[in-house]
Amino acid sequence: MHVSSLSLRDFRNYATADIEPGLGSVVLVGSNGQGKTNIVEAINFLATLGSHRTSIDSALIRQGSDAAIVRVNLAHDGRTILLEAQLNRNGANKAQVNHANAKLRDFPRYISTVIFAPEDLMLVRGEPSGRRKFMDDLIIQRTPRLAGVVSDYDRVLKQRNTLLKTARVKDIDSGNLGTLDIWDERLVALGTEITSERRRLLADLSGPLGEAYEAIAGSDHAVSIDLKPSIDAPESAAAYAEKFKNLLETGRVQEIERGMTLVGPHRDDVEFGLNNLPAKGYASHGETWSYALSLKLSAARLLRSESVLGDPILILDDVFAELDSARRERLAEAVADFEQTFITAAVAEDVPPQLMTQVFHVKKGTISYEIPAHD
Amino acid sequence: MYDGIVQELIDELGRLPGIGPKSAQRIAFHILQTESFDVSRLSSVLVEVREKVKFCEICGNVSEEVTCGICRDPRRDPTFICVVEEAKDVVAIERTREFRGLYHVLGGAISPIDGIGPDDLRIRQLMTRLADGTVMEVIIATDPNLEGEATATYLSRLLKTLEIKVSRLASGLPVGGDLEYADEVTLGRAFEGRRTVS
Repeated sequence: MHVSSLSLRDFRNYATADIEPGLGSVVLVGSNGQGKTNIVEAINFLATLGSHRTSIDSALIRQGSDAAIVRVNLAHDGRTILLEAQLNRNGANKAQVNHANAKLRDFPRYISTVIFAPEDLMLVRGEPSGRRKFMDDLIIQRTPRLAGVVSDYDRVLKQRNTLLKTARVKDIDSGNLGTLDIWDERLVALGTEITSERRRLLADLSGPLGEAYEAIAGSDHAVSIDLKPSIDAPESAAAYAEKFKNLLETGRVQEIERGMTLVGPHRDDVEFGLNNLPAKGYASHGETWSYALSLKLSAARLLRSESVLGDPILILDDVFAELDSARRERLAEAVADFEQTFITAAVAEDVPPQLMTQVFHVKKGTISYEIPAHD
Repeated sequence: MYDGIVQELIDELGRLPGIGPKSAQRIAFHILQTESFDVSRLSSVLVEVREKVKFCEICGNVSEEVTCGICRDPRRDPTFICVVEEAKDVVAIERTREFRGLYHVLGGAISPIDGIGPDDLRIRQLMTRLADGTVMEVIIATDPNLEGEATATYLSRLLKTLEIKVSRLASGLPVGGDLEYADEVTLGRAFEGRRTVS
């Protein structure tokens, strides 16, 4: 799919902005703080219902306004879909698909994006929570139904942790915690489903990841990707559920003491291997970059191979400035066959020339299209 | 901000569920400016409702007397009890005119986050009602969300020890709707709960 028009009202620093990008690479150039990233953030918001920069929706609404509007025309295979989202400072957000009222949470069925950003380095170097989010975002993109499973799991976890905390405060002995069993049952059922999907994702990602790493780093470094589950159980869902249930039972006293759930998918991690060593702690800065980019590239290729809507829209947010010229070239080559790629850069020279086909200049919240020079 | 009492009115209205600051302001000005609006009637109803309406001693439904109209009605079948979270749910089920048994209002669902455990719900009263053996079937009609399901599971385990049939309302496709517009979770549930027709 690709964005054939994008229109913003009172979004971030834009009072109004309208662009009509074409296929291929779309470059947004401008100094820092002018609003390049805000454009791609708006597109990404529709696909992920969140921002890669903030967790507060109201930060997306222009200061002094009550509502922001993002309107995107998507085209795929000769069909177009119009998605409109109105983010309200007070009250619920509104959404329309082809002018008919819809739910914002249904948008990810129509649009999918893969965003590459400097923060991706933290996927490799940072805390496990970032890697869990990477997995969960992808399993939801593959199977939208799982959004409900993931959010239900989080809610059960909260309910259960609150119960464990009150049990500690009120000093109830563990045999009396009648309702804990019920939350355990839900936690195990939902957790087992999440773990199965994560395993399936990592298995399907491992081939494309190896290819992507080779494409970006220019050589094969034996990359591997393994789930480090907090519950060590055989692959089968039934065996996992059984082990999960047992661990909750045997760990109950300790869980009450700590007032939290100590096992489950919320404590999983992923180990990224490079030359048979964990990338975290062993990879150089350049290798970490290659790894982070390959993770996103392989995710994009996996989504492409499964989607009925065509390619996900790629977003390369301030990425080229961080890369050496060899990696820039190879990344440019790797994204060249995607339907549409948005690129933001402070300096046009950072972007490989073959990607400079459509250039928009962004300055203080206004966007101007650079007429391509013909030679 | 408005002066004194006007702002106070807006604030009070804004505390009601489902009323945001803008609606509160609109209602406040309606009360202030509309001549035909009978304030004394509204205020007396508000006072009266708090004085008169109690909760039925048997089922927990709202009632102007010690027991509610449904519990007093001799035509209702006392062998069925439908367990719901709120009195609102009784009204919803009554609208169907399908159910002729009695109700039991729990007063919420199990939710540790909101500080609600089994002891905060009218579960003990339910067990007392079931003790004399009149009831043949308990229909659990809590909401089909996490907390409602947790409450249903808790109740069904508790009732397993008694010789009473326990059932749960089915989840599935909305009648008169289109299959293609059903969300995956609902459709999935409908598959799980499918029935043999021949």
